[in-house]
Amino acid sequence: MNLWDLLISPLNYAFMVRGMVAAILVGIVCATVGTFIVLRGMAFFGDALAHAILPGVAIGYLVGEGARQPLFWWALVAAVLTSIGIGTISKGTKIREDTAIGVVFAGMFALGIALISTVRNYTVDLSHFLFGNVLGVSTGDLWLNAIFGGLIILTVLLLYKEFLLLTFDPLLAVTLRLPARLLEYLLLVLIAVAIVVSLQTVGVALMVAMLVTPAASAYLLTRRLPIMIVLAALIASASGIIGLYVSYYAGVASGAAIVLTCTFFFLMVWIFNTARKKYG
Amino acid sequence: MEMIREIRKSPFHALPVEHRPGTPILETRGLSIRFENRLALDNITFQLNTSERVAVVGPNGAGKSTLFKVIAGVLPYTEGEVNIYGSGPGGHICIAYLPQRNQVDWEFPVNVIDVVMMGRIGKLGLLHWPGRKDWEYAQQCLEDVGMGDLAKRQIGELSGGQQQRMFIARALAQEAEIMLMDEPLTGLDISSQEKIFEILDELQHRGVTVMIATHDLDQAAGRFDHVMLLNHQLMGLGKSEEVFTPDNLRKAYGGHLKQVQAGNGLYLVADTCCDEGER
Repeated sequence: MNLWDLLISPLNYAFMVRGMVAAILVGIVCATVGTFIVLRGMAFFGDALAHAILPGVAIGYLVGEGARQPLFWWALVAAVLTSIGIGTISKGTKIREDTAIGVVFAGMFALGIALISTVRNYTVDLSHFLFGNVLGVSTGDLWLNAIFGGLIILTVLLLYKEFLLLTFDPLLAVTLRLPARLLEYLLLVLIAVAIVVSLQTVGVALMVAMLVTPAASAYLLTRRLPIMIVLAALIASASGIIGLYVSYYAGVASGAAIVLTCTFFFLMVWIFNTARKKYG
Repeated sequence: MEMIREIRKSPFHALPVEHRPGTPILETRGLSIRFENRLALDNITFQLNTSERVAVVGPNGAGKSTLFKVIAGVLPYTEGEVNIYGSGPGGHICIAYLPQRNQVDWEFPVNVIDVVMMGRIGKLGLLHWPGRKDWEYAQQCLEDVGMGDLAKRQIGELSGGQQQRMFIARALAQEAEIMLMDEPLTGLDISSQEKIFEILDELQHRGVTVMIATHDLDQAAGRFDHVMLLNHQLMGLGKSEEVFTPDNLRKAYGGHLKQVQAGNGLYLVADTCCDEGER
């Protein structure tokens, strides 16, 4: 079997093709919002938010008796509510923001597991929610993900200069009388939607890697924000494709394979960058 | 609910309120701000005229940054009034707050002209990408501070003086009429400071009002029209001879001020420095 056959033969399966498309889509969407997460130091928030949508997923799972569509909508509601909730709690109380996030995150995650565990033989489905099941993506899922992913990209494009300003210098955003709080919440909601779009591909437990790792690699490679977003999207999409091949041939869980490829890319970039600083 | 209230309160890219004729560019009356149970600013009343250049001095934590942020409409105040051309700061986009350099992420992936362009956002409005005219405007602002050739430089590669001048260019791009500069001169060498003073002269010429927080009493006395002595309360605002009296200075600096009698001059040594850990 030559290299060409190695690359082509998995694509004879429709589920592999759908998985590839989903992985590319998730790569682009996560990298776009992930760039802002990295620059604002919100990695913990992203991780927490991904975990905190589990109760929503669980309710969708119980209501829809295993059907896919209700999962998406319930997860979306849970994600948006949680992101706004965390945003409000952390601003309104004496408790430090990361503490507030920790409290909400663990509680919601436990609630999700508790709900799912009421169903008999729940372990397989639970593991899909936690670690993803990209090869189970249907054409309908793809369309839904593409529409919401497209909305995220469109919003970031339209409000690019506002998000850039808010991230670099929130005080200037206020003195220019932009609705800084509203933009802040909007960004949280975008992150929430990106997480829901990526839910089937990597699952909640590994989500933060898709949000942060490609953007962190791109951060090391460039000093321009638009280029950073594009590079992050390229790295994430490439990781998605390579990860799926690895998963196919090595029999590794797909979500883990994708995330490990992202991590590998990051290590390469980091080594390259360190060497360049030292010797170049 | 919070979001709905936000939407109502602030139309995207709010239209700036009109400047009421005959009113001073900046006026505060009985201004107080309380954090928890500590008064950060206590009953501050003063007035500035257009194109005045004022040095604001006081010990660490005296409330200099807080005062600037209240005037800029970034921090809410507890009591009293702040008026810019006759109305509260919240409706104006003609106020520029220039942050302390150590408050800025210099590793952020933007170049110099990107940062200057941020100042134009108030004029650009929603859904408008900067066009050729806007880039030319931003470039001109950089020329005005002598940095026309550094437009494409990554911000982390600038010297301290250049970083400061970039923020002045951004305030120019904003078309600010009052600039609040938080310790722009701290940590700069003499020649960089002189370049900043040249720009300050030009700003004054253009009618821009400037307030500068500084630790250098000598410079404040020598290079500014007026000085403001602040330590939570306003200890004085006016000509340096009238404000920097040994009595006032002792009141403002307390134990941190050493008075040294040397020859026939009285020297004052203020024992404070740079990084203010206040909000």
